[in-house]
Amino acid sequence: MRRVVLSALLLAATPAFANSNLPPAPLANTQLSNPAQEAKAQALMVTLRCLVCQGQSIADSDAEMAGDMRALVRERIRAGEQPAAIRDWLVARYGDYVTYDPPFRLLTAPLWIAPLVLIGFGVWFARGSFRRRRG
Amino acid sequence: MRLWLPLAVFVAMLVIIAVALYRPADRTVYSAMVGKRLPDFTVPALLPGKPGLASVAFADGKPKLLNIFASWCVPCAAEAPQLMTLKAAGVPIEGVAIRDTPEAMHDFLARGGDPYVAIGDDKTSAVQLAIGSSGVPESFLIAGDGTILLQHVGDIRSDDVPAILAKLKASK
Repeated sequence: MRRVVLSALLLAATPAFANSNLPPAPLANTQLSNPAQEAKAQALMVTLRCLVCQGQSIADSDAEMAGDMRALVRERIRAGEQPAAIRDWLVARYGDYVTYDPPFRLLTAPLWIAPLVLIGFGVWFARGSFRRRRG
Repeated sequence: MRLWLPLAVFVAMLVIIAVALYRPADRTVYSAMVGKRLPDFTVPALLPGKPGLASVAFADGKPKLLNIFASWCVPCAAEAPQLMTLKAAGVPIEGVAIRDTPEAMHDFLARGGDPYVAIGDDKTSAVQLAIGSSGVPESFLIAGDGTILLQHVGDIRSDDVPAILAKLKASK
């Protein structure tokens, strides 16, 4: 019985997010009226990290700050700003951490090169193994 | 002999993964704006009788503390006594209230005291995003020329106060 009650309580528990009483920003959950602009904004939003949830993009998150970031992206896209410029603006504030599409730098180079090196190593290793079996 | 190499690689991977798993990760998001100039912003007043805030207020030659906070944030209430201590030590504290209402802010200040010279009303987290802050409370020490000297993520505890005062003194 106790176990059932505890499980029920655990199911009912929600993470304690501190939230304000204000409604979300107008453009947080409303698409832009221009479909081409909305597509641009959406494509950018899925590559931006929600800073308070960290595992989600701002397009996926219900956090208030993610909503404010979506509103910022949509407002700037509507004003005619390029997605790359908006991303650069955020990277200047939060570092590469804010984007899921990290630029190629000395620090991020292993991220891009390591898979290629590993595949090369695998091919070399497999070739060696097959050759030995045949011989 | 040939078998030792794969084994060594495997053990090395295991060690790397074990170390990374057991080391507590620092999930704090730090601002990349520290050391740069405070970005331009203007936010209106939230309370009657208390001015709003603009970035030009930070360019008058005196170092100041910019406190990003909210009445709905529990750690903000926890840091209120420390802000009062800083105010008593002569630190001008400028506030930016994130997604707040005048009524809630009035109650908040009545409970914890009012250390603020000004409180800007930031309903869309615009100032927060512009300065690279990712939560409340966060405090930024701004030099007299408008350069961001220090970011303090989370509530200011009593043992953080001396370091902030020292940094402020050094910037004068």
